[in-house]
Amino acid sequence: MRVWKFGDDIDTDAIIPGRFLIIYDPAELATHAFEGTRDDFAREARKGDIIVGGKNFGCGSSREHAPLALKGAGITVVVARSFARIFYRNCINTGVLPVICPNADTIGEGDTVEIFPDEGYLTANGIRHDIEPVPPFMRKIIAAGGLVEYAHIIKELELCTK
Amino acid sequence: MSATISEKIFSARCAQDVRAGDVMMAPVDAAMIHDITGPLAIDKFVEMGGTTVFDPAKVILLFDHQVPADSIPAAKNHVMMRRFADDQGILNYDVHEGVCHQVAVEKGRVLPGDIVVGSDSHTCTYGAVGAFATGIGSTDMGFALRFGALYFRIPESIRADVSGAFAPRVGAKDLVLSIIGDLGADGATYKAVEFTGSAIEGMDIPGRMTCCNMAIEMGGKAGIVPPDATTRAYLAAIGARTTREEDLTPDDDATYAAWKDYDVTDLAPQVAVPHNVDNVVDVTEVAGTPVNQVFIGSCTNGRYEDFVEAAEVLKDGCFSPDIRVIIVPSSRTEYLKTLRAGLLERFVEAGAIVEGPSCGPCMGGAFGLLAPGEVSLSTSNRNFRGRQGSTEAEVYLCSPATAAASAMSGVITDPREVA
Repeated sequence: MRVWKFGDDIDTDAIIPGRFLIIYDPAELATHAFEGTRDDFAREARKGDIIVGGKNFGCGSSREHAPLALKGAGITVVVARSFARIFYRNCINTGVLPVICPNADTIGEGDTVEIFPDEGYLTANGIRHDIEPVPPFMRKIIAAGGLVEYAHIIKELELCTK
Repeated sequence: MSATISEKIFSARCAQDVRAGDVMMAPVDAAMIHDITGPLAIDKFVEMGGTTVFDPAKVILLFDHQVPADSIPAAKNHVMMRRFADDQGILNYDVHEGVCHQVAVEKGRVLPGDIVVGSDSHTCTYGAVGAFATGIGSTDMGFALRFGALYFRIPESIRADVSGAFAPRVGAKDLVLSIIGDLGADGATYKAVEFTGSAIEGMDIPGRMTCCNMAIEMGGKAGIVPPDATTRAYLAAIGARTTREEDLTPDDDATYAAWKDYDVTDLAPQVAVPHNVDNVVDVTEVAGTPVNQVFIGSCTNGRYEDFVEAAEVLKDGCFSPDIRVIIVPSSRTEYLKTLRAGLLERFVEAGAIVEGPSCGPCMGGAFGLLAPGEVSLSTSNRNFRGRQGSTEAEVYLCSPATAAASAMSGVITDPREVA
């Protein structure tokens, strides 16, 4: 996987500026991903590339357009030291895997990265780094293929079950 | 057992003892959608097999980001949502009523003890009336519309206990900016921020809305003020009734992730400097910075009380002819109050542009965009790079008083220095 490296506090306006929120198609959103912030991304991102950020990745807006734009660009994994709450959840719901890696800062652009979510680690240029496990209830959603698919397999909604 | 406000709300709504860290499928008392994230939420609702929403009376639907429609795609999104409202029997506030967060509160659609979701990150504003309210994405919203429930991880809480009395020209916005500066843009990630203490108790609902609105700028899942006599008086005045009797006062011996004491007595007007919301300094540190545009409005500071503050600074003066001053009331109600008090006339006379209720330039969507190299001073909530137009522009955040003082001089100005 080829790495696109970003810093701390990458906000949702940087991922997809507000003027493009009238678009809902992931592929079309992808043509504007990081527009004005990192213009080579939309041109050169390829399926299977990954994004590596610092702390608080995806802070700001609830716009699901942000993970959709990344998904449209072929990104299915975002690794970061930490994530903003709504973006993290939007990733799970839309089928982009958010990976919390305390050592994300040591991963550089051009590194070769492999992710082993079930085993709880990733490798960057062969060096192993721990990643945080995805919470159990979110695994159920991922296992279903996303929240839309999960909604289809619910037989009866059990309210207030822990 | 001792509990935080969030734990009390979820325990009451789930009829069992619920603690921070628990993950619950919990009912929602209201679900808010607007023109930006609503159409995708409706698509997801349909994809999930939804045919009728869980309860049309509990869905809040309006248009605020691109109003009136500023493009054909925006107009088509509005049509799609109008059709959905008609088909589902949902009251549609349409383009004329104002910004989602202001409208939801002033129409009495969110009440103390409610669990509320909105497909907008600043949904945490509703904590001002004691609701647990949080921003969610469109797929989560599709689920909530379909089932009337959603997964919640009950958050840990941070207690921000605020004492002291504000100096003149210093207020809620300065307080919340200073707290964000202290905690950092991710200081409350996944947590609820409880605003308590004598300075909060003395604050009106508009001020509390300003504080709760910006909880998301610390990463917070919610911002909440315990409902009190001020809350009850506000709800009574707007004709809203809550039937819930639970005591939502947080227990001092509840388990908090952090307890922070603040004293506003010596607090100076605060400014968030580009491009992060937690780059917060005293106004004196950036005084003299030239600005091209001043925006007073948004869900953070577009209320009548904010315009009164700005007008008190303006008095019978003029805005600088070298800059654009854009005034946008956050709702029709706030617009009318401000209009009838003669303040809008005063602003226009002083050189401002007054627009109808909407998000205005805050999101960089409809109007008031910045060119490369330009500087905006704004009472809104985000100064992210590119937020109000060019990525080579700069956005500073401040209070209505600081915005008005700066709009008069054309440079960032300490409102305490305007006699």
